[in-house]
Amino acid sequence: MGLVLLCVIWLITIASTYFFIAKTWWLPAGASAATAAIDHQFIVTFILMGVIFVAAQFALGYFVWRYRGEPSASRADYSHGNLTLEIIWTTLTAILFIGLNLVGSPIWAAERFRPAADNATRVEVTGMQFAWYFRYPGPDGKFGIAKPELEDPSAGGEAALGLDPSDPASKDDVVTGIMEVPVNREVEVILRAHDVIHSFFVPAMRFKQDAVPGLAIHMHFTPTETGDFEIACAELCGLGHYKMHGMLKVVSQDEFDKWLAAREAEKQ
Amino acid sequence: MVAQESHAHSAPQGFIRKYVFSLDHKVIGLQYYFLALTAVFVGMALSLLMRIHLIWPMAILPLLGEIKPETYLSLVTMHGTIMVFFVLTTAPQGGFGNYFLPIQIGAPDMAFPVLNMLSFWTTFLAYLVMLAAFFVVGGAPLHGWTGYAPLSALQSAGPGEGLGADLWITSIALFCVASLMGALNFITTTLDMRARGMSMWRMPLTCWSWFITAILGLLAFGVLLSAGILLLMDRNIGTSFFVPLGTVNGQLTGHKGGSPLLWQHLFWFFGHPEVYIAILPGMGVASQVLSTFSRKPIFGYKAMVYAMLSIGLLGFMVWGHHMFMSGMSPYSAFAFSVMTMAIGVPSAIKTFNWLGTLHKGRIRFHSPMLFAIGFVSLFVSGGLSGPFLAQPALDIPLHDTAFVPGHFHLIMGVAAIFGIFAATYYWFPKMFGRMMNERLARIHFFFTLIGTYAVFMPMHYLGLAGQPRRYSQLTELKYLHPLLPLNTFMTYAAIITVAAQLIFLFNLFWSMFKGPKASDNPWEATTLEWTTATPPPHDNFAGRTPVVNNGPYEYSVPGAPRDYVMQTDPATVAAH
Repeated sequence: MGLVLLCVIWLITIASTYFFIAKTWWLPAGASAATAAIDHQFIVTFILMGVIFVAAQFALGYFVWRYRGEPSASRADYSHGNLTLEIIWTTLTAILFIGLNLVGSPIWAAERFRPAADNATRVEVTGMQFAWYFRYPGPDGKFGIAKPELEDPSAGGEAALGLDPSDPASKDDVVTGIMEVPVNREVEVILRAHDVIHSFFVPAMRFKQDAVPGLAIHMHFTPTETGDFEIACAELCGLGHYKMHGMLKVVSQDEFDKWLAAREAEKQ
Repeated sequence: MVAQESHAHSAPQGFIRKYVFSLDHKVIGLQYYFLALTAVFVGMALSLLMRIHLIWPMAILPLLGEIKPETYLSLVTMHGTIMVFFVLTTAPQGGFGNYFLPIQIGAPDMAFPVLNMLSFWTTFLAYLVMLAAFFVVGGAPLHGWTGYAPLSALQSAGPGEGLGADLWITSIALFCVASLMGALNFITTTLDMRARGMSMWRMPLTCWSWFITAILGLLAFGVLLSAGILLLMDRNIGTSFFVPLGTVNGQLTGHKGGSPLLWQHLFWFFGHPEVYIAILPGMGVASQVLSTFSRKPIFGYKAMVYAMLSIGLLGFMVWGHHMFMSGMSPYSAFAFSVMTMAIGVPSAIKTFNWLGTLHKGRIRFHSPMLFAIGFVSLFVSGGLSGPFLAQPALDIPLHDTAFVPGHFHLIMGVAAIFGIFAATYYWFPKMFGRMMNERLARIHFFFTLIGTYAVFMPMHYLGLAGQPRRYSQLTELKYLHPLLPLNTFMTYAAIITVAAQLIFLFNLFWSMFKGPKASDNPWEATTLEWTTATPPPHDNFAGRTPVVNNGPYEYSVPGAPRDYVMQTDPATVAAH
């Protein structure tokens, strides 16, 4: 029985670890400035935890086999423990876990402690059951007033967001169903939700943030590659949660300018 | 040492007082256990339907027909809620804690037998109310076991958010009341009812784990109860604790000024300690069983107690790690992250000490031991994904993906269930006076160990690849399409694992009536429950009061006649 347990525990450990190391299923290819740091911290954590995982499971399997009680075996060792060992492994794990945390903290600080750059592309992202809407401030650079009592999701576009037509600042706002941004420039997203909590999740951008009713949450990320990237909803928001998706198009600055100018022209 | 008072209630006659409205902690323990047993099969059936729907979304199922997205989310909600409350909180604490805490400390019953009975029947009522949510118009709620507002606060937010959601909250509130009564009882019993010689430092680690769990319950369930009452008020009498100004489908909700984050803070202030409420008793049982079947004293008894105490204390300071992406201040995320990493330290201490207990032991591979070894393996696997999620920077890609259910299913789901299995196989002879079938137990163990790893380890891979939680279909997002084969594998693994639980069920009931008769101390263990008759009489020790002379884990004492010294044996030289 000891040998069977050893084999089962070791095989489970090897199989589990193999698929991580082979990267059979892995983080999607990143396309943002945050990717390198986040993925690096992930790998560091993965190596440390992986070594502990394999060592602990192998030790468990080995001990179970090595100290199997056979009829001929003598009595077990009478020991209540070892204080020195307790102190050593407590100190080591404390240094390891807290140290790992401190090493990773600057990444979090870079993503979340500072506001977006002044020249960032500003996009308001609004979640509602079960769609994402994107709003650009237009030539005046100002987001106009939106009122909950004017919201009409069945009409789509500006009406879905409840833009107030009497406010001059909202007249030139551009509302779209696809999020288009220029590459290599910071994007400031202003996250809102109408009804329940949604979560704006763009795996390729290493970006995720809940959109909470009643709050306007300012965040930023910098796409570094052009292409189409899927947007998912990551917070349970109701029966259509699984199909609340959108598309992020990252294009060159020229292409973006032309696209936005065309959208603004449509508004005139 | 507090002298214990004699317990007034005498052995009841008549079926109702003996088995239904019983004051006997042993009967109440069994009532909790069987309630959890029915709940775990309900919860498991729900999860199986979820797995089947994920890979065959169009399948027409018997009785249920086609599963709609809202039905899937009801399954998600009810699976989580039933498992967390009515299995993981009920069986280890209400079940085994009730049955064995008084016996292991040498008491004739719990401190408050009537409160104990009330506590069980309130839990039972909560369970009925929870199940009723399936059968009302709109069905069970779809807001998940975490019930985030405003989704859980607005009737118009989806089907199931009507009467179903009210029943769900009411059930949880009732459960909180029951758990508060239970927690008071456990704490008082531990402090006041110990036999002569049973100092705190001579208590088995199981008793320490039930005691610490009860303290956590006392501090956590009150908060959830308040939150639940506020949510009921938001839903039904027009308050706005959790709901800000907003619309659903273009209609104003009529609320303004509330905070959705307030619900999350209150919920997780309960919810994180709840994780430890589920797993601490499993740690206690694993320690007890590993020591017994290694024929060795537990390695670092005091370190084990201090580790559990620090897990309990730190457990109240880490709730914010569930909220890194919620819109909470990023500075507080930093603080919660450090505290969360710190909780890894006592968890690591426990693992080292379990390995130290096996080291140079003389291991006997009875079924309780197999599950205790499985517990350690799962605790390591589930624990080590914690430091990923504890770092807010890594939570950006991982939060609310399948990585999270992978993590908590291994540690607070399956590891805790292995604790329950270990306890069942270990104490079955004492509870029912018969032995369980070892061959069936071994088959059950290997299917369950390999099966649960095959279901839950791949969830980490899916999460890495960005598969969000709580999606009823994986067809909409293109990047999820390549993950379908792995999901299919997991569904097959789940079907096999669930089927293997029928072996356990059969073994349990067959052995209850047909198993070979058990002796008073079949495992040659040391603690007080093995000094009394099998099954124990009404007052546990047939009128005598045990006197304790030894620590709980005196195995292989040099010079002793047998390889175990019972707690009631004359003091050994080596006793500390």
